[in-house]
Amino acid sequence: MNAPAQAPAPPPPPVASPPAHQRGEESWSRGDKLGVGLAWAAGIGLCLIAAAIVIFMLVRGFQYLSLSLLTTHPLPSLEQSQSGGFLDPIEGTVILTILGTLIAAPIGVGIAVWLSEYGRPSWLARAVESGVEIVAGTPSIVLAIFGLLVFQQSFFGFLSFTAEGNAVFGRSFFTAGAIMGLIALPLIVGSTREALHSIPAHVREASYALGKDRISTIRRVLLPASRRGIGTGITLGMGRIVGDTAIVVVLLGASLQIQPENGTPVWGLLKGTGSTLTTYVYNNSPAGEGGAPEKAYAAAFVLLIVVIFLNFAVDLIARGKEPGWTR
Amino acid sequence: MDPLSPPPPVRRILVEEAPTVALPPVNGNGHRPHAAPASPLRRMPRADTAAIERMRTEALSVAYGQKLAVNQVSLSVRQGEVLALIGPSGCGKTTLLRSLNRLVDLTPAATRGGRILLDGEDVDLFDVTLLRRRVGMLFQQPNPFPMSIFDNVAYGLRERGSKKPSKRELEPAVIEALHRAGLLEEVKDNLDHPALALSGGQQQRLCIARSLAVQPEVLLLDEPCSALDPISTQTIEETIVSLRTEIAIVIVTHNLQQAQRVADHVAFMYLGDLVEYGEAERVFNSPVAERTREYVSGGFG
Repeated sequence: MNAPAQAPAPPPPPVASPPAHQRGEESWSRGDKLGVGLAWAAGIGLCLIAAAIVIFMLVRGFQYLSLSLLTTHPLPSLEQSQSGGFLDPIEGTVILTILGTLIAAPIGVGIAVWLSEYGRPSWLARAVESGVEIVAGTPSIVLAIFGLLVFQQSFFGFLSFTAEGNAVFGRSFFTAGAIMGLIALPLIVGSTREALHSIPAHVREASYALGKDRISTIRRVLLPASRRGIGTGITLGMGRIVGDTAIVVVLLGASLQIQPENGTPVWGLLKGTGSTLTTYVYNNSPAGEGGAPEKAYAAAFVLLIVVIFLNFAVDLIARGKEPGWTR
Repeated sequence: MDPLSPPPPVRRILVEEAPTVALPPVNGNGHRPHAAPASPLRRMPRADTAAIERMRTEALSVAYGQKLAVNQVSLSVRQGEVLALIGPSGCGKTTLLRSLNRLVDLTPAATRGGRILLDGEDVDLFDVTLLRRRVGMLFQQPNPFPMSIFDNVAYGLRERGSKKPSKRELEPAVIEALHRAGLLEEVKDNLDHPALALSGGQQQRLCIARSLAVQPEVLLLDEPCSALDPISTQTIEETIVSLRTEIAIVIVTHNLQQAQRVADHVAFMYLGDLVEYGEAERVFNSPVAERTREYVSGGFG
């Protein structure tokens, strides 16, 4: 760095050739051209794969889907004409998604607010952060068998069927919903934290400067300002719950029909077992025990529609206008 | 660095040479015509009432960790006049300002020495929320909250007691605050519109109204116009000057013309020290300290 030390330095000589961005792609090196080509190929390839999945499922779905499939209960029968539709799995997906979201949303937002606005003591914040990361990285089948272990303890007997001799079944909408909440949690925490992080410090200070404490600042200013981020996180979490199979197989019983416990209507239903679209597809696919690929395709098509809808919802929420503060 | 490569494209400004950028012609009295306000160096009318001391700092020092940001500053803030804090970036003006409402306490590494008094009482003995209601603040960037115009102004009034005041009860205070901030005419028909849809200048005046709604006795302004256009700047400067009889005002500014327009007293700070303090005209026209002379004549900053 000798040149700038000579003071007063003469102005730099005018550059003869125009800057790189005006020269066009002809002057790019061979490696750059190859890189651009590969990038294009990868992008187009990905679009083609996505389109292939959607088109394939669309064709199959329309081929096999009928209104009666959506509105009739599945029945145990070897005859395909007698085995009914997948009303129960649809209901199961809806119940489980609602339950998991209701559990994950308040806890996830709470964790995010604590991490972002308090985060003290810092060792605890670090521990919570890596805890959330570990949950995010754990395969759901592992969480599911862990959940089964926990919920089969007699302490949690009120959440599922109890057989004679006090053996706790451990499988119910409650227990599956709790673990579903766990897999949705990291997405909600991450998205909410990001939203809180994007609020400039002077907005918080403006609230403090009006004599407000931290709690009312969080409640009246920070949470309303991050509702888009929270919404995005919740929708992403719903997508994960809708698409999960392992937890349903292990913790919901994957019974053909919804089997409520006798007794109070709602509580009994949530203590009961059932299945979702994912396990219905699995059980009816050639890989599963049932040989009804037509119904598997129809159910998979419905599942795909739900997931695509959730993806669009995320896009819509995230693209809306955020409060425009300058840092 | 490769000695053969051309020097980095830095635009050098040579003091001897005339700048090559296009400039409007210099007019008769040697000042370049400013876009707006129309007469940039016009002094705003001086306050008639005698100034009453509301706040004072006694040997105030603030450090961030090992770094001393404000060094033994003693100042008084009076109602009836505008006090401007000027000085180059990083000289401690904003830190001093943020100490007055104890906002600096929120910075974990910050430590404070000396005393700050509000009406003779040490601010450390106040409940901090009460102190901040009496000492309002306006920030560099407009920062209305993501709610309606009405709710922004009513924000400081709500959740005060156990009883939540209704919208009808709050309305006179909100209207009054918007009026004092000079925003009422523009927004009176759409008080329920989102505040973040307003223009930058309107947002900043809304922030003034939000501060005024809680009836502060001191108002701290941290470069309130640096993000605004000249016309909004002029409106806000007029508001500041009209408020000074009721509220003691401290303004941090990088804009020397602004300090000349609005300030009655000026404090010049440099590297944490209070270098010069006095009446605005005296500091600008016949500064005592060499540093002040260099700064107000544009030698550095």
